[in-house]
Amino acid sequence: MSRISKTIASLQEQGKKALIPYIVAGDPSVPLTVALMHALVAKGADIIELGMPFSDPSSDGAVIQLGAERALRAGTTLSDVFAVVKEFRTQDTRTPIVLMGYLNPIEYMGYEAFATEVEKAGVDGLLIVDLPAYECDELFAAVRPKGIDTIFLVAPTTSDARLESICKNCTGYLYYVSLKGVTGAAISDSKAIEDKIGLLRDITPLPIVVGFGIKDTESALKMAAISDGVIVGSALVERISHLAADQAYSQEALGTTVGLIGEIREAINTL
Amino acid sequence: MSELKQDSRNAQPAADQFSGPDDHGHFGRYGGIFVGETLIAAVEELDQVYSQLSKDPAFWAEFDKDLKYYVGRPSPLYFAERLTAHYGGAKILLKREDLNHTGAHKINNTIGQALLAKFMGKPRIIAETGAGQHGVASATIAARLGLECYVYMGAEDIKRQSANVYRMKLLGAHVVSVESGSRTLKDAMNEALRDWATNVDNTFYIIGTAAGPHPYPKLVRDFQAVIGREARAQSLEQYGRLPDALVACVGGGSNAIGLFHPFLRDTEVAMYGVEAGGDGVETGRHAAPLSDGRPGVLHGNRTYLMSDAGGQIMETHSVSAGLDYPGVGPEHSYLKDIGRVNYVAATDKEALNSFRELTRMEGIIPALESSHAVAYAGKLAATMSPDQFIIVNLSGRGDKDIHTVAEIDGIQI
Repeated sequence: MSRISKTIASLQEQGKKALIPYIVAGDPSVPLTVALMHALVAKGADIIELGMPFSDPSSDGAVIQLGAERALRAGTTLSDVFAVVKEFRTQDTRTPIVLMGYLNPIEYMGYEAFATEVEKAGVDGLLIVDLPAYECDELFAAVRPKGIDTIFLVAPTTSDARLESICKNCTGYLYYVSLKGVTGAAISDSKAIEDKIGLLRDITPLPIVVGFGIKDTESALKMAAISDGVIVGSALVERISHLAADQAYSQEALGTTVGLIGEIREAINTL
Repeated sequence: MSELKQDSRNAQPAADQFSGPDDHGHFGRYGGIFVGETLIAAVEELDQVYSQLSKDPAFWAEFDKDLKYYVGRPSPLYFAERLTAHYGGAKILLKREDLNHTGAHKINNTIGQALLAKFMGKPRIIAETGAGQHGVASATIAARLGLECYVYMGAEDIKRQSANVYRMKLLGAHVVSVESGSRTLKDAMNEALRDWATNVDNTFYIIGTAAGPHPYPKLVRDFQAVIGREARAQSLEQYGRLPDALVACVGGGSNAIGLFHPFLRDTEVAMYGVEAGGDGVETGRHAAPLSDGRPGVLHGNRTYLMSDAGGQIMETHSVSAGLDYPGVGPEHSYLKDIGRVNYVAATDKEALNSFRELTRMEGIIPALESSHAVAYAGKLAATMSPDQFIIVNLSGRGDKDIHTVAEIDGIQI
């Protein structure tokens, strides 16, 4: 069983929901990203999604685009993303890490080299936003033997036929996109999401977590109630945008920056 | 060579190296569908609709009717006699796409995609634009069909192409200034993809070039192939044979693939795609991914790209906004690899020079994009004999560029 599956199974045993924050690696700097990850875990994060910055993030809204731009301006490369994970792993071997991003930087590194680095750094899962199930075989052939989970998005627009091929390729958890749009937009119809998750439960035993548009305790409570967990990205990246790359912050100050995660943890623990 | 021989060659079964793409949009290893999950259903639906309609003669009859009565096709194949004498060597013939309604080849594609939007019942269209020609063509067709239209344009390009911005507004389109990234065509395309993901139920995305996720590279090519079909027939009619060479500029590559595609099986016709060499390919400041890039994935397809060593898309440099794009249509990547088309580059300076030559010698002001093709054709013609001839795709007219050229000349107009 992978570290991701173990984590979610243990949460389910305790009747708890998974809390998965997303931040961009290198935003605002590589050392601060590592410190922020520890702060997130201290506030109750179960899994961390770490964004691999890309110059053209066409599935992301303005907040995460700007986060990626800050990271790239700071010179963050894919090797730096692995360095972040390695550094984090020196103190935390328990919290699963999922790398989320776009395909081109991986293509340029080469699939085999990427798979080797992923394993060496201690990454647990991958979510490549612009790599649909029918194009994934080659990359997955490289990463699967390393025991890496391959996570997929399911959108409100996903057809039943596609659901099947996605579920066949997806491991770890299924990421349900709450809305039609990009990251950071607002959720409008939670009943429709509940219905769709109901449908997904009939098709797959995979844990289902909800992301896109979860920005406060209220939206987190609603979505956690109908799923196995929630992903919080833009709301967090927006708060991180106020940090300066060249300044030192105490762990306490960083805890305040990611305080939202603590509030959401408390809220969803009441479910 | 006889016309008959050409025709029998075209009649052979389609399953050869030029029959792509496959069902998932691959031209060899290029193309495909690389978009976020929210958009997959939309591109799959478009693929289904297009597969069905493209087999329906009534669809093509409507397309042809619009091209004839609204666009003004066929566009002439014109012998540029003074330009030929100037360069020396092979005859230079211009395929006059600049004479189309709205002033460029872009309208051929928007007519076709608007027919698809109409069939699919989408009341809202969106488009990305670089030089503004595709934006104007989209705004035009939206006005004609009474559709709501949003055009995404990089803030940098809005500055360079203010006349086209105003044309779009006159036509009733909303022009959205894109401030992210390098604030040019690639960023406009990102923003259009975000809009599409958000408004996927009521919106049709009219992609302006032969790139993007499948089925766009295929359908844009099919709509632009009218250029090559006409040129082929005109060549046979006016000169009794096929041309020795074809030359077209390549940004995303829609005018080039439109000219080339109907000739691909005519092995005796040489083809040259001319990329934007900017300050010179050797300087790194250019927009020539086929000349100096490597394959990667951007905007829904695998193709040659200009990325840094870490796979981040690089800023491109070209005097021509319409060629200022770090990728290229996937079919061009394939045609490069199999060696059917030669991809070369012309610098800003060469293009500006040809812009002036064509204007002064033929009384035709070409778009800066098309000037790249003219520049290379001049060099090529000089190496060929006077009994040979070259067809150059004059993809657009240059009215939109007069401010850019005036500024380079230090003139305020």
